[in-house]
Amino acid sequence: MSREEMRKLQGIRLKRVVERVYHNCEPYRKRMQEAGVSPDDIRSIDDIVKLPFTSKQDLRDYYPFGLLSSPMSEIVRVHASSGTTGKPIIVGLTRNDLAVWKEAGARCLTAYGLGKNDIVQVSYGYGLFTGGLGAHAAVENIGGTVIPMSSGNTQKQIMMMHDLGVKALAATPSYALYLAEAIANSEYPREEFQLKVGIFGAEPWTEGMRRDIEGKLGIKAYDIYGLTEVMGPGVGFECECQNGTHLNEDHFFPEVINSETGEPVAPGEQGELVFSTLTKEGMPLLRFRTRDLTHLIYEKCECGRTLVRMDKILGRCDDMLIIRGVNVYPSQIESVICTMEEVEPHFFITVDRVNNIDTFEIQVEVKEGYYSDEMGKMIALKKKVAHEIQCVVGLQPDIKLVEPRFLQRSEGKAKRVLDKRVFKND
Amino acid sequence: MIVKQLSVFLENKTGRLNDVADILGKNGINMTAFSVADNSDFGILRVIVSDPEKALTVLKENKFAVSLTDVICLHTPNTPGSLSSILHILQRENVYIEYMYAFAEGEGANVIIRPDKMETGIEALKNNKIELIAANDLYRF
Repeated sequence: MSREEMRKLQGIRLKRVVERVYHNCEPYRKRMQEAGVSPDDIRSIDDIVKLPFTSKQDLRDYYPFGLLSSPMSEIVRVHASSGTTGKPIIVGLTRNDLAVWKEAGARCLTAYGLGKNDIVQVSYGYGLFTGGLGAHAAVENIGGTVIPMSSGNTQKQIMMMHDLGVKALAATPSYALYLAEAIANSEYPREEFQLKVGIFGAEPWTEGMRRDIEGKLGIKAYDIYGLTEVMGPGVGFECECQNGTHLNEDHFFPEVINSETGEPVAPGEQGELVFSTLTKEGMPLLRFRTRDLTHLIYEKCECGRTLVRMDKILGRCDDMLIIRGVNVYPSQIESVICTMEEVEPHFFITVDRVNNIDTFEIQVEVKEGYYSDEMGKMIALKKKVAHEIQCVVGLQPDIKLVEPRFLQRSEGKAKRVLDKRVFKND
Repeated sequence: MIVKQLSVFLENKTGRLNDVADILGKNGINMTAFSVADNSDFGILRVIVSDPEKALTVLKENKFAVSLTDVICLHTPNTPGSLSSILHILQRENVYIEYMYAFAEGEGANVIIRPDKMETGIEALKNNKIELIAANDLYRF
């Protein structure tokens, strides 16, 4: 499809989705009225810049169903991603949204060279997280055979992969590396595996990690891109050229903006990635700010596809961390710590990657009067803090109790995170 | 009969114990007995000192997490079976021992015990003619 044809299609779809949200979703209508823009002002895809942005905070403010543009009777599924504090972000999908999603997913798998004769093991978590069910539907849609393993239970994962002749593995890249090492230490010789393709996403990874995984597993490792708010895995994919992630821009329209001014950057320049969903019904998003930093490549790819590509995500313009595929915000930790009377409202998060698994340590200060000289009580306190944080974040931290006033205090924004992992492309 | 023991929370890092010893030494505070309980990331120093109140003040001034804990100290012959007979007494009264440590010298040994029921523990030991050491005597050791 030529760029001109694509833009025409995007313009028609944008107009349709703007009409939908304007007439069916009060917060969007108000926002647009405040911005002095009506559906009639949207005549081509270029008019998208007239529309107001949507932020993750908006999704939280209208929790759980305030941003739906379809009646509940049309919603057939919800997914959730972690919010910035206690409550998650809920997305609602219609039957047609699921159809679009699995179509987008099928494009990804086809680009990886997979088809109806292939067995795909899905080792993303199944549940509220979009990874498992998203990849699952995509495999079924291309007529492949899906093994719905979900995450965990590594020995069984290896046994299934070996015994069933699995051709492709869908997992987080760090879990793939972990599996690679577990396979090397297993009773199964690597040459007995049929594995050829890796479908990896849900967390940032580097070219170095790619080479490592490809070498250790003897496969081609491809990026699959998605985000819960927009759709889940299938928003974008790498082709055989492994030179940027193609975005399914006929459904998910990307822009790159200056995250401070909100103005579009010059084509090809780096900035914050923004998505508008062009065909979604349940919870369409207009100009959703991802906080991911990247740049877009409009030149035609060597593979022949004309879909725009995005470079690897180069970082975040907020403080979100992705730990073992889970989105973690320091503000979530803060919200927990501040409500616990046993600890001071100060903390320090250290994230690292040891043996390809993310480590997640939080130092907290025990409040004076809650120190006990009995080890059992101190260990019980550690466990309590870890549990409370897990309830909100969905990931168990390793809590380290430190002496009072050990952690840095500062007037302005205290440095509360040390991420030792390296994501730069090497 | 109740002895004030100093309890100090210590991070597991080189020199931290010495920081405490150094501060106490510079303030002329002597240590009579101590023990350290530890796990992988922190330790708890329990120490009997010559002046618990002063030690508490100076350590707090130096930003330590420190508190005073009630313990009892008893004297027993340094002979086989004598600890066992003491433990029997406490066991009969259902007194649970949170932790204990001891130091022996020559004919006798001193045992420091943190019981869960202080009064019951002291009463039982007294009734069985176990020699308890008064706080002031212990601090002077």
